[in-house]
Amino acid sequence: MSFPWANHYEPQHPLMKWVDDKLPLPRLVYNAVGAGYPVPRNLNYMYNFGVLAGFCLVLQILTGVILAMHYAPNSLVAFGSTEHIMRDVNWGWMLRYMHANGASFFFLVLYLHIFRGFYYGSYKAPREMIWLLGVVIFLLCMATAFMGYVLPWGQMSFWGAKVITGLFGAIPLVGEPLQVWLLGGYAPDNAALNRFFSLHFLLPFVIAGVVILHIWALHIPGSTNPTGVEVKKESDTVPFHPYYTAKDGFGLGVFLIIYCLFVFFMPNALGHPDNYIEANPLSTPALIVPEWYFYPFYAILRAFTFDLILPAKLWGVLAMFAAILVWFFLPWLDKSPVRSARYRPLYRVFFWILMVDLAALFWLGGAHAEEPYIMFSQIAAAYYFLHFLVIVPVVSSIERPKPLPYSITEAVLGKDDDAQLDAVAAAKA
Amino acid sequence: MIRLFGILTGLVFAGVALISFIAGFITWAGEEHVETAEHVAHLAPQKQDFSFNGPLGRWDTVQLQRGYKVYKEVCAACHSLKFVAFRDLADLGYNEDEVKALAAEWQVPGIDPNTGEANLRPGLPKDYFPLVYPNNVAAAAANNNAIPPDLSLITKARHDGPNYVASLLTGYEPTPAKLKKEFKFETPDGLHYNPYFANLNIAMAPPLSADGQVTYDDGTDATKQQMATDVAAFLTWTAEPKMQQRKQTGLWFIGFLFFATVLAFMAYKNVWAGMKPKKPAEE
Repeated sequence: MSFPWANHYEPQHPLMKWVDDKLPLPRLVYNAVGAGYPVPRNLNYMYNFGVLAGFCLVLQILTGVILAMHYAPNSLVAFGSTEHIMRDVNWGWMLRYMHANGASFFFLVLYLHIFRGFYYGSYKAPREMIWLLGVVIFLLCMATAFMGYVLPWGQMSFWGAKVITGLFGAIPLVGEPLQVWLLGGYAPDNAALNRFFSLHFLLPFVIAGVVILHIWALHIPGSTNPTGVEVKKESDTVPFHPYYTAKDGFGLGVFLIIYCLFVFFMPNALGHPDNYIEANPLSTPALIVPEWYFYPFYAILRAFTFDLILPAKLWGVLAMFAAILVWFFLPWLDKSPVRSARYRPLYRVFFWILMVDLAALFWLGGAHAEEPYIMFSQIAAAYYFLHFLVIVPVVSSIERPKPLPYSITEAVLGKDDDAQLDAVAAAKA
Repeated sequence: MIRLFGILTGLVFAGVALISFIAGFITWAGEEHVETAEHVAHLAPQKQDFSFNGPLGRWDTVQLQRGYKVYKEVCAACHSLKFVAFRDLADLGYNEDEVKALAAEWQVPGIDPNTGEANLRPGLPKDYFPLVYPNNVAAAAANNNAIPPDLSLITKARHDGPNYVASLLTGYEPTPAKLKKEFKFETPDGLHYNPYFANLNIAMAPPLSADGQVTYDDGTDATKQQMATDVAAFLTWTAEPKMQQRKQTGLWFIGFLFFATVLAFMAYKNVWAGMKPKKPAEE
């Protein structure tokens, strides 16, 4: 569906006419990300990250497919084959650094995209399905990134795989058999490495499929905007192309500059030095940590240290999964009819407290598992759950939102003639 | 209903986290907090002025050649370099004949063409630096139970690797009396005190024992500091042989992207001209 005033695809060239008759793919693209998609005219730069995440997915798939041509998923040679890529494959070092840093930047834009959704209430009706699919994409990305990090078969690959699959061991009764089944053995070894490689290759295409559903679902109601007021008329929107292709193009340029600064000038800054040591089951690293983008969830996992009815480890595992699963329920936990935090004075305060809390969890997840860091992460983890499950529902009940603009047009131009006409009509009635 | 269930779930998780906090705090408050010797004495690596530092950094091939000599004459007694091939030494500024000659100075595992038996033969450019020990058990047996790590990637496998290697090699000193007195810190026999090493006692004996231990071909004075810096530079090259190419490629990338982004910004402003009011009503 689209707004009635959307541009219609009219192929000019006979060849495009011919294609459009047989397979309306150009039409689909035109309506999805071309001039046929009317978008609110007031999107700010925070609305750039969806396109950037899509770009990152394509970049990861392209670099990843080429890396897979040179990588050998066998525990005896995996580490050496990675070094072979770094040393002997033409431009192999660039592909690998692009892929490794690409994962970090993928998560960076995903987090900004998600936080944008928190702030502007993008998850609210009628956009719940877009949000649910987005959380599914995030979960798939986490699984893909985790398995990708195992592939170089360095120390952190091995011990990370051991710790994370060990989490399943905390599940009562079936935990241990499940862990053995997942790994294909009692500890990560060739069986685990092989299946992780297979899944690491497969999942990005599954992600691409869910991304298509995500965009499809987006095109039913259309994009949100910083006011949270729905599109009313043509003057509220501009065609995606050229307006947002131009704006996103600039955003992409800025993104690529920062990304390339990492790839070419500090390619290992976001990684852990221990992963340049070959995996050794007999030598445990002093500190086992995942990649930085998992730190908040790792901090929550380690925060639960008290056996209350259930063992502490099981609490930690439940809390870690719950920390993400809670996002699925967000559209129904937040019942405020106002979407944008711009008009929600109380929610806006708690949004920023959540950002501070998440910053703390990012820091604590990478810290040594010792006091006082654990105590900090316990408070931060408690607040995380309070925010989503208690504060958001309560605030949405008691908050008194600020008046919304009549329309996007009014928000942008300061006045909307239709608003006065409407007011006159309302006064007459 | 969802909200009620959500609030209860939230209170449970937050409650368990806070109970964990209280339990942890009580334990923590009841403990004595003493600093450890590692806390007090461990030092961050000293910054070295390497030619490859910074975005414009380049290899100093003469230094890399000196570093190679230090590796060959000192480190190679115990440490292998298994991911580096002799052909790679061309990066250090050696020509084809020189690389062949350097490779031939090493004995690598081969096969006797007449009998098929395993033997040792002089290295060829295609060969990789040979292992020092056949396996970790042999390495540990020969080194007081410590396994000398392969050095190919050592500067990437340690925080601040190039500075770390240079600092570690010159950082040996007698165990400070203060540590012995205040922390009852001891350096057991067979270990050596070094404040740059994570737990302060390293198994490796001081490898650079005297100035002039290596005779440099270019006449550089082979002080301990000089040898340490040179071999750290060489090991930075072994870990990241494409570093110079990477940085130079990066400059082209950044330059192009900067240009393209400026154009993209101008295109964006051009497309949006007239779409935004002079003064935004609200932001």
